[in-house]
Amino acid sequence: MDPECSQLLPALCAVLADPRQPVADDTCLEKLLDWFKTITEAGSSLQLLQENPCLVELLCHVLKPQGLSARVLSFSLRLAGVFAAQESCFQYLQQAELLPGLFGEAGPLGQAAWSAPTVRSGWIQGLRSLAQHPSALPFLADCGTLDTIFSLQGDSSLFVASAAGQLLVHILGLSLQGPAEGPPSPQACDWPVCAQKIVGHIEGSLRSMATPQVTQALNVLTTTFGHCHGPWMQVLWERLSPLVACLLQEDPLPAAHSLVDLLLSVARSPVLSSSDCGLWETLAQTLRRLSPAQAGPLALGILKLQDCPQALRAQAFGVLLQPLACVLTAADQAPGPPGLPEGTTGDSVTVDTLLSSKSACAGLLCQTLAHLELLQPLPQRPSPWPQAPLLGAAVTILRFCNGSAAPASDVGGRLCAILAGCVRVQRAALDFLGALAQETGPQELVTQVSAVLLEYLRSPDSSPTVLKKAFQATLRWLLSSPRAPGCCDLDPDTQLFLRELLPVLRKRLCSPCWEVRDSGLEFLTQVTRHWGGQAGFRHALLASEVPELAEQLLRDPESYVRASAVTAVGQLSSQGLHATAASPEQLGGQKESLLAELLHVLSTDSEGFPRRAAMQVFTEWLRDRHADVAEDTERFVARVLQAASRDLDWEVRAQGLELALVFLAQTLGQPSARCPYAVAAPQATPPGPLAQALRALSRVRLFEFAFRALFDCDRPVAQKSCDLLLFLRAQATPSGGLQEAEGSPDVPEAVLAVLRSLDLEGLRGALAESSDHVEKSPQSLLQDMLATVGVRGENQADCY
Amino acid sequence: MKLYCLSGHPTLPCNVLKFKSTTIMLDCGLDMTSTLNFLPLPLVQSPRLSNLPGWSLKDGNAFLDKTELIDLSTVDVILISNYHCMMALPYITEHTGFTGTVYATEPTVQIGRLLMEELVNFIERVPKAQSASLWKNKDIQRLLPSPLKDAVEVSTWRRCYTMQEVNSALSKIQLVGYSQKIELFGAVQVTPLSSGYALGSSNWIIQSHYEKVSYVSGSSLLTTHPQPMDQASLKNSDVLVLTGLTQIPTANPDGMVGEFCSNLALTVRNGGNVLVPCYPSGVIYDLLECLYQYIDSAGLSNIPFYFISPVANSSLEFSQIFAEWLCHNKQTKVYLPEPPFPHAELIQTNKLRHYPSIHGDFSNDFRQPCVVFTGHPSLRFGDVVHFMELWGKSSLNTVIFTEPDFSYLEALAPYQPLAMKCIYCPIDTRLNFIQVSKLLKEVQPLHVVCPEQYTQPPPAQSHRMDLMIDCQPPAMSYRRAEVLALPFKRLFEKIEIMPELADSLVPMEIKPGISLATVSAVLHTKDNKHVLQPPPRPAPPTSGKKRKRASEDIPDCKVLKPLLSGSIPVEQFVQTLEKHGFSDVKVEDTAKGHIVLLQEAETLIQIEEDSTHIICDNDEMLRVRLRDLVLKFLQKF
Repeated sequence: MDPECSQLLPALCAVLADPRQPVADDTCLEKLLDWFKTITEAGSSLQLLQENPCLVELLCHVLKPQGLSARVLSFSLRLAGVFAAQESCFQYLQQAELLPGLFGEAGPLGQAAWSAPTVRSGWIQGLRSLAQHPSALPFLADCGTLDTIFSLQGDSSLFVASAAGQLLVHILGLSLQGPAEGPPSPQACDWPVCAQKIVGHIEGSLRSMATPQVTQALNVLTTTFGHCHGPWMQVLWERLSPLVACLLQEDPLPAAHSLVDLLLSVARSPVLSSSDCGLWETLAQTLRRLSPAQAGPLALGILKLQDCPQALRAQAFGVLLQPLACVLTAADQAPGPPGLPEGTTGDSVTVDTLLSSKSACAGLLCQTLAHLELLQPLPQRPSPWPQAPLLGAAVTILRFCNGSAAPASDVGGRLCAILAGCVRVQRAALDFLGALAQETGPQELVTQVSAVLLEYLRSPDSSPTVLKKAFQATLRWLLSSPRAPGCCDLDPDTQLFLRELLPVLRKRLCSPCWEVRDSGLEFLTQVTRHWGGQAGFRHALLASEVPELAEQLLRDPESYVRASAVTAVGQLSSQGLHATAASPEQLGGQKESLLAELLHVLSTDSEGFPRRAAMQVFTEWLRDRHADVAEDTERFVARVLQAASRDLDWEVRAQGLELALVFLAQTLGQPSARCPYAVAAPQATPPGPLAQALRALSRVRLFEFAFRALFDCDRPVAQKSCDLLLFLRAQATPSGGLQEAEGSPDVPEAVLAVLRSLDLEGLRGALAESSDHVEKSPQSLLQDMLATVGVRGENQADCY
Repeated sequence: MKLYCLSGHPTLPCNVLKFKSTTIMLDCGLDMTSTLNFLPLPLVQSPRLSNLPGWSLKDGNAFLDKTELIDLSTVDVILISNYHCMMALPYITEHTGFTGTVYATEPTVQIGRLLMEELVNFIERVPKAQSASLWKNKDIQRLLPSPLKDAVEVSTWRRCYTMQEVNSALSKIQLVGYSQKIELFGAVQVTPLSSGYALGSSNWIIQSHYEKVSYVSGSSLLTTHPQPMDQASLKNSDVLVLTGLTQIPTANPDGMVGEFCSNLALTVRNGGNVLVPCYPSGVIYDLLECLYQYIDSAGLSNIPFYFISPVANSSLEFSQIFAEWLCHNKQTKVYLPEPPFPHAELIQTNKLRHYPSIHGDFSNDFRQPCVVFTGHPSLRFGDVVHFMELWGKSSLNTVIFTEPDFSYLEALAPYQPLAMKCIYCPIDTRLNFIQVSKLLKEVQPLHVVCPEQYTQPPPAQSHRMDLMIDCQPPAMSYRRAEVLALPFKRLFEKIEIMPELADSLVPMEIKPGISLATVSAVLHTKDNKHVLQPPPRPAPPTSGKKRKRASEDIPDCKVLKPLLSGSIPVEQFVQTLEKHGFSDVKVEDTAKGHIVLLQEAETLIQIEEDSTHIICDNDEMLRVRLRDLVLKFLQKF
């Protein structure tokens, strides 16, 4: 600790210990604690305490019942824990009777302050910090501390309760890994006292069969198996697994969710999964025992495990597929849906859950679909993957939801009544259907997928969020559609689909609901980006009215829609699909008008989103050397930069720098950062062209823009500008091209002189620091805290 | 209590409720679907229509769908729930001997009048040279082509009423306000409640002191222009009659409005015209409001909107003055002050123009492409006929059906072949089945009565079990021309006691909290109100003759035996008997109580919950002794 801080410390400790001078700001105490942590990590705590006796005095002060504020009390407990984390300091505080005083019955535990959650939390965190060395264990075991922790597991504050559980896990781990002489004996009497007590408590809780206790015990075990490693884990599981198995006999099953978490945590633990310990059998039994909704997460967890018996995986997959099997059975008259793994037929329990209520049905289906969606891209997913029945199930669910399914059975009829118009399930099913587009399926099913997607896109009843999902799923299916063999164009089915889709898109772009117009435009942008080069697509799109409508939406009253329209029109134009490109006689005038229109958006739109979108489009156009831009690039860049420099939105200005960088790169050569592994050093631009290039930059007023941005009040803009200027300097100076340019002292020369004189590296470093780095020294922290004491209440609001 | 069901159309109901001594007609909707059997009445001579072969330009076109189930002259009152459900009123008030009163809210009457006026105007302005009615003869009807030959009871089809009849019918209406309590002959009280469906639309509560019947007709829970539906007052009903649900349960109105706007924009953008056949009031207000918000975003600011109806002006203006009947949002606008509906601004800025008919100013102002709102939705009469003829040949134009009352395919039949695009966006804001099930859960009526159509899924979607009423106990259904005995018995009647009589009563507490008193009084019943009055005092005994006469007038008040209450504890009773010297007492349990046998005396005492009999053989002494022992256990007063 530096001497200045040492000098300030006694005064601060005195302030903290004085209940008449309350500390106004919690964050100061947190920062103070952080500071002590860094000090103790770097050096001896004991020495620190000896050099600064005021700290021990502060801790002693806590022992006196004099109404310290809860936050100072909590702080002191945590501070004591930070010091006691070092064994030598622990002994020192022990001898001073400080630790038993702080953490024992005599301390805050018995005082009124204990009712404040922050004090209880500080108590736990203090113990958590000090429990770092085996000598702390007797202390924990002796003075009834463990019992207090046990009771805090059920604390009314969730933070305290959870921290208590974590602490138990930590103590258990500390006490069992101590005597590193091979695995501990399964006999409890040979275990360290702390471990015995904790495990005993867990066993008691598991035997109690009361849901809160069982939940606490299971949570502690889950964390233990998730975080601790060591041979003793296996012994622990062997000892506790019979009790866990007993839980499965209970009806109703207590704490099913926590049980699932525990079993998965155990299964993932590397120590255990290799040596079975009956775990697989327990998992199989649990899968059978849990209700369909509870079993889903367990089944997913099992399927994600790296190595687990094939039979268990099959069982888990069966459980996961149950609800979909029920749906398929309800829609078909066939006894079992074809293609699903054997044994997966809708069982009565799942059917009952599905039919019990609308919320239960929607919940189970959404969960199942989400689980399968997560599983689908994983390498360890079950193989063979039942793509066809899953597609069938997704289509059937969507049909039930929009009432177009013709249920064959009574169950189907009731399912239809429950699911009709259920937006939640529609969204989940569309997401899942989209995920399934990674692979194709039988042609007949793919046709059904297209049909159901069209139904959803067409239906006036589809809610805006459902429509958005329908557009997304459609896009994924479209992009995954196969190309006709021997030809790079779209296959006939896709062509046909497009012909039906585009009128729907056209109608959706006219929707009175802005969300729908927005998702329609997003879809248009995406599909154009991928298919802009496909003749079939180009033909169909140009024949539809869609490009005109997209341009019309540039003047939409809703800013999000305008932004999406800007992006869409920009994309269409990049691909030569802009509305008026079709009529050659208007070519020149109309083309200019789109650029002008987007410039108009950039300079006049009242909302940030459309302006940002316009900047992005311009950057892209410049990068791709869009025909309109290429006509007169300098004029284009000059106009855009001029508009961007005046913008109030920092993202627009930052995007302006991005555009400037692209222009720079095109004028001077690629930025070196683009190919960091290039063998040769970046080629400097030859001197003659360099001067020309610099003059070009000057003509578009890029320097003015960049220098102004360098001192922008928004840091990202300044940073970006700094990077740009650094790049410019690197490109312009290495080969001494400046001397060459000396002959004609003009703007570029002056600019380069400025560039050389600026400490850009230093500026970049300063900008990379966080905004409060200047004020972040420990000394200023102590000064601030001292300064705020006593003036509390006058300018409280002025913290920042 | 009986319900006579005169209409088979669930959204155009006509039921008669006999409740206590009153006969109440609930709505009188006019089912006009039979117009679809006729050819359109063109405003301008149409060579195409008049050259059609066969049965052209036949009869008058008004159609009353009623049976002689009940003598309508006995109806005491008619309760109207909304302006669509009063269109048959002139037929009932003018030609049946009806002498009662009609109750309706002011907007219902005013807008109902507009609808009738429009109807009469549409029919009368194209008088027909000849009219045929012989075909209604069953023998001829059989020979006609389908669907005419299958039409039921064509003999009940009527000509359209005249304006005189309308005025006379409307003069019988008494205006009421929401939650106003109206006494009917002292027997029942009726109260209109806001139903949220249209301006002034109401549901009705019909209640006596101990019974409550709710009549729910066209109601809506959506946020449109009318005052929201009052659900709370429907609670605790014994019977809830549920009619007027949405006719298109699968179409959600929001989606349909979106569809309407998108199709309108697409047509106009391509230079086509849009025709919207509609009623002059109701959904059109909401459509105009949607368009008001939409036209700028869709770039339609320069497209003229025409509203053509003989009552267009009145309808647009009426809507603005009924502020108290509007939803809260619109009510607050009035205080700003601003017109509650934005169509005022559309009119001001000349974007919306209205005309009484296509003749006159309209022909000067008419500009295409445009959007035309006009009637009648059946496409059989009104200015819409002209536009169908005018625009039907071009595929650029679109007709958008928003009213759900008529099958759009049947409506279009006489205009085929048609190049014009047809879009069906039925907007029906009335309750759907999900909303009904929530409503029923909320108000918990003991019994639900509804048209049979609501108790099964629609025929075209027989698998949609969600499209029917699902409640417990299952709803009672009715069909046309059925008489339904409503499933509850009246158990109580309220009787008032005059204060002086009440003063004279001396209640005796027989159980904690329960006191009894005997009353001798005269029951006076007048106007269905029952009052207990003190009995007239016996006249002072002046002379023998007079006394004799007096005793004729007043029923002899005999000395009243005391009333007994309580129950006899058998064991104690047996002990008492033994104490009084009956030695051979035997007790037998029976289904209703006990029998105490005194074998020696050959006597048995039958003790049941509400009676005690002493059966002994001609031994009056013994009987009296036993009786007195029994009475010891009972309270007297």
